[in-house]
Order: sequence, then structure tokens, then C-alpha cells
Amino acid sequence: MSEIGERVKKIVVEHLGVEPEKVVDSASFIDDLGADSLDTVELVMAFEEEFGCEIPDDAAETILTVGDATKFLEKNAKS
Amino acid sequence: MFDLTGKAALVTGATGGIGGAIAQALHAQGATVAISGTRREVLDGFAAKLGERVHVLPCNLSSKDDVEALVPAAEAAMGQVDILIANAGITRDNLFVQLRDEDWDDVIAVNLTATFRLARAATKLMMRKRFGRIIAITSIVGVTGNPGQGNYTASKAGIIGLIKTLGAEYAKRGVTANCIAPGFIKTPMTDALNDKQRETILAKVPAARLGTPEDIAAAAVYLASNEAPTSPDRRFTSTAGWP
Repeated sequence: MSEIGERVKKIVVEHLGVEPEKVVDSASFIDDLGADSLDTVELVMAFEEEFGCEIPDDAAETILTVGDATKFLEKNAKS
Repeated sequence: MFDLTGKAALVTGATGGIGGAIAQALHAQGATVAISGTRREVLDGFAAKLGERVHVLPCNLSSKDDVEALVPAAEAAMGQVDILIANAGITRDNLFVQLRDEDWDDVIAVNLTATFRLARAATKLMMRKRFGRIIAITSIVGVTGNPGQGNYTASKAGIIGLIKTLGAEYAKRGVTANCIAPGFIKTPMTDALNDKQRETILAKVPAARLGTPEDIAAAAVYLASNEAPTSPDRRFTSTAGWP
């Protein structure tokens, strides 16, 4: 897993309080990791903070899985 | 109990009777306060009276840009915003059929839309910290209606709905949202009532007196504190018994 992937995973584990082994690329935040809609908003805010970039609403709507987040941040992370 | 040391509070309408009393009470409990209002010199005078732990942030709540800048300015000044007191409000009273569009728009903009924008910005900060206290000053007439105040009562009823929703959405994040619905409180706003109006009101109040800004401030201190219940949407009224 990429360095960004590891940081994404760490944030997801901390925010959702899930087992690290469940946080795989294909895991859906809502369907597999038990997040509700507010959790996903918070995750996006946490990603923005960690990676120093802005995630616009239309981009946030396409981030449904751990892999989606990693892919987006590999392209857009500033820190 | 009710110690607010280390907490940062933003109070709108701090130059008014109720807002001033709330800012003073939060400050007395140890909070750092950012006082906001339209009149810079009055705010400066108030700040000088309070002493340390005070920031002056003038803001015109009818301006979208001013409103959007206020919470970030408070965060920049205090490092955080733990408590938001959305207190500022205006009246443009008239008989319903004579209410002009601009009377409606002005009152909704300052009382309701600004409250929404400030609460939205503050909640974003608070949910990250897992602590926040949003307290909006509504009015008993938002529940009862009041002749001559179609715009004002609608704005205050709107605040109640907004705050109940906010409280329900963020309760799990440690952010509580509450309204205080004052009855007739002795302030410059109610000083404008004539004797006949005052008599009519007092006839309905079992305690036969107007409330005081300090009554409202005490409720605000409680709701801002760690001791306040974390269950959402408690609506407090302070009406000296009416209605």
C-alpha cells in the first residue's frame, strides 16, 4: 500500500473505530464500515486536514470507498 | 459548576440588553468572549469594561460577506469557538397587511439567515473538537404569534426549527443546540413599548413584572456549561409565567 494509502487507512480506523483489517481498498464507508452520512462528511474534513487540500462537494460525492479516497488524494494531496 | 475557564464564546448582538448580559455572564464564568455588534465604539466601551479575555468583532449581520467572515475571525482571535450565542435580532413591526417586502427580508436575513450561517460555520469547528454549544435566542412570540410582528415571529419560529434539527444531527458529536425563548424582558427593544402595551402584557404575566437580561444570561451560562444535558433540543423559556 502506498504511503498515502496508509495515512488514509489510519484516519478511517481512528474515525470509524473499525478493525484495521477491514479497511481495504474495496471497503465502502457506509456499506462495509458502518459509517453514516455525517461520518462521511467528517472523514472528508479529516482528509482535507491531513492532506492539506480541499475536497469539493462534487468530488466528495464520488469518494465512496477507501480506494476512492486514496486515489483522489494521491492526485490532489498537498502535504 | 458552570466553570467556563478555557472556553471561547462568540456572542452576536453583544451591545444589546440580552446579548450584553450574556457576554458578561460567560466572561464572569471564565470564558474568553468575542463580542460582536454593529456599533464599534459601543463594543470597545463594553470590552474595556470587561477587561481581559475579550475580542471585539464588529459585524453587520445583514451582509452575507460579514456573516461568513465572523466565525473564522472569532477562531483566529481566540484559537477556537466552543460556544456560539446567536442573539442578534431586529424588529420591523407593522400590521401584517402593511408589512413591506423589505421589512420581511431584513428581519429574516438578520434573525434567521445569519443564525443559520453562523451555526453552520461554528458546527463545522465544533464537530471536529467533539465539543460545542450553540445557543440561539429566539422569542416566546415565535411560539405564540404576536400582532404586529408577522416577520419577527416567523424568524423566531424558524430559529426553533433550525436549532432542533441541529441538535438532533450533532448530538453524537458532543455539540448541543438549544434555544432560549425570552418573554418580555426589560431591554431597549421593549422600552419602545407604550404604557398601554406594557399594561396589556403585564396583565398576562403571573409574576407581573418584566424579565431581566440577567435571567436570560443565567440560562445561557447553564446551557453553555459542561453540566448542560447533552440530549438535544431542549427549549427553555423565561417568561415570568406567561404564556
